[in-house]
Amino acid sequence: MPFSAQPPASGERYALSASLDNARHLSSLLRAVHFQDHATCLATASGLRVTVEDAKCIQANAFIQAEIFQEFSVQEESVMFRISLSVLLDCLTIFGTSSLPGTSTALRMCYRGYGYPLMLFLEEGGVVTVCKINTQEPDELLDFDFCSTKVVNKIILQSEGLREAFAELDMTSEVLQITMSPDKPYFRLSTFGNAGSAHLDYPRDSDLMEAFHCNQTQTNRYKISLLKPSTKALALSCKVSIRTDAQGFLSLQYMIRNEDGQICFVEYYCCPDENISEAEL
Amino acid sequence: LSRIGDELYLEPTERGLSLRAVNSSRSAFASFLFAPLFFQLYEPGSAGPDTEVFRCKVHMKSFLGIFRSLPSLEKSVGKCLILLKPRASRLVLQLHCKYGVTKTHNLAFQECEQLQAVFDTQRCASRLCAPARVLAEAVVHFPPTLAEVTLGTGPGGKISLRNYVEDEAEPSKTMVTELWLAEDEFQSVAVAPGSNITFCLKEFRGLLSFAEASNLPLTIHFDEPGRPVIFTLDDTVLEVHLVLATLSDLESTSQSPSTNGVSHLPAQSDDFADDLESYMVAMETSEVGSEGPPSPTFPLRTPRSAESKLEEEEEEEEEGAVPGTPPHKKFRSLFFGSVMTPGRPGQATTQEVLAEDSDGE
Repeated sequence: MPFSAQPPASGERYALSASLDNARHLSSLLRAVHFQDHATCLATASGLRVTVEDAKCIQANAFIQAEIFQEFSVQEESVMFRISLSVLLDCLTIFGTSSLPGTSTALRMCYRGYGYPLMLFLEEGGVVTVCKINTQEPDELLDFDFCSTKVVNKIILQSEGLREAFAELDMTSEVLQITMSPDKPYFRLSTFGNAGSAHLDYPRDSDLMEAFHCNQTQTNRYKISLLKPSTKALALSCKVSIRTDAQGFLSLQYMIRNEDGQICFVEYYCCPDENISEAEL
Repeated sequence: LSRIGDELYLEPTERGLSLRAVNSSRSAFASFLFAPLFFQLYEPGSAGPDTEVFRCKVHMKSFLGIFRSLPSLEKSVGKCLILLKPRASRLVLQLHCKYGVTKTHNLAFQECEQLQAVFDTQRCASRLCAPARVLAEAVVHFPPTLAEVTLGTGPGGKISLRNYVEDEAEPSKTMVTELWLAEDEFQSVAVAPGSNITFCLKEFRGLLSFAEASNLPLTIHFDEPGRPVIFTLDDTVLEVHLVLATLSDLESTSQSPSTNGVSHLPAQSDDFADDLESYMVAMETSEVGSEGPPSPTFPLRTPRSAESKLEEEEEEEEEGAVPGTPPHKKFRSLFFGSVMTPGRPGQATTQEVLAEDSDGE
């Protein structure tokens, strides 16, 4: 069907329609969860949630609240579709990824409904690009059943302290072991690589520690390859909350402040790796 | 040190912590000795008359990985604790960082024999001392890919540096770069005129950047072609030695017994590499530990030399370098003191094999 370069007139019934003055507010968040090609988008009145999963063990969600958008309307109760995240990101950054001060790409997003492609209208400096991305049947998403009542241990750290650690994780180690305890070592990240083991300890009274609520000593191991992508979210964030439940499921929540000072969240959920013994080095 | 070898040898001694490396063809050796005063705390552990000094080696990459980013280290690390735990087979490096964060690395190590090149700066006929900057500025004129460079002494006390061109290279296709440094650029010059030596530039560059960064003058001790060139850096808390083999001048007629002891061996030739066995036999049957003219070929640990080792202030022990099995470039490998027998001092046996691989093959 033919489509004009003009965005649709308001009044037309779109399942989802949104406008954003600065597409970077969306693209940077989506990059923080881009470790798989495809993502599931869920739009509700509260905003947009983009979910990426891998190996049935890890799930990442990027939340962009309705308030971030200049205009955000969802006709039905919720709208859900699967889309290529790689293509979506390429389109959002079609005018380039470097951020010159003062310039930004404006975005208008429209989705007619089930079976229709997602339409993007991007404008920068008077140049308009129209993108049409096919959508698919949404996948069933994992439910980690992680709620605040089930949390055993929780800490909130300033991201600054973890950034370098995550970037320099020994990737020859298969696992990342996380120890949280009311006693020493309080919070410890460990790897067991080819060169030997490495432990990173954060004391509970560190300046980086914003909140420390550990009730039980827990040591859990997670596949490092699954958690490594969270480094991107960590790099963008100012704070991170790390929580575990009784089964050792891990929740990482990153608070991200965008260029305009608005807050968004990205979270990662990960299952513990069951193939190894609990022996801690 | 990583420019030289893949393994880092650590030896804690009463005199300080020694870090060493050797290259695979054993034609380059370097050692950094950090005196106890360099550290806030230095406890080498008890090494009585019965216990051997504990030595180990670790993979260079593993060790360097801990100190990955220098700028961030400077910003965030307060102090570093190094513990050698023989019983746990671990070398522990603990970095105490900002915000109370502690990074502990437990590296696996391998026990090893002592790595010690045999050389003696006193026996070198020539010596030059210059600020590292002068040499760095000279070396910058040579392409980064250049393998060997020739250092020579010319008329009027001038020192030359030129790239080494192999004989087989076509004259019309090769570019020769030569530069001369005046005597006054050096802090001291005490050289035998007309001498020149060719050595590997890559390993030298590594030391040069360290010297520049630490702002220390570099001293070059050299002798005839074929004998090792020794670069030293001296500081109150640090002693650095880089020993490089030099290209031997096979056509030189200066192979007289008084200068380089090679006369005890079968005629030097390129078949040397193939004839290691007969070479070894020749070593064993020749006069050993003789008190005659300097016999650098047999720096066995005789009682005499063991004593002089304790007397000498510097790290160098025995004398000279033995023409070893040269790599294809005709560089001689440096002699590494025999490390076979634990009760070394005082043992001078004719059965000692020379140029033994320090971890035993």
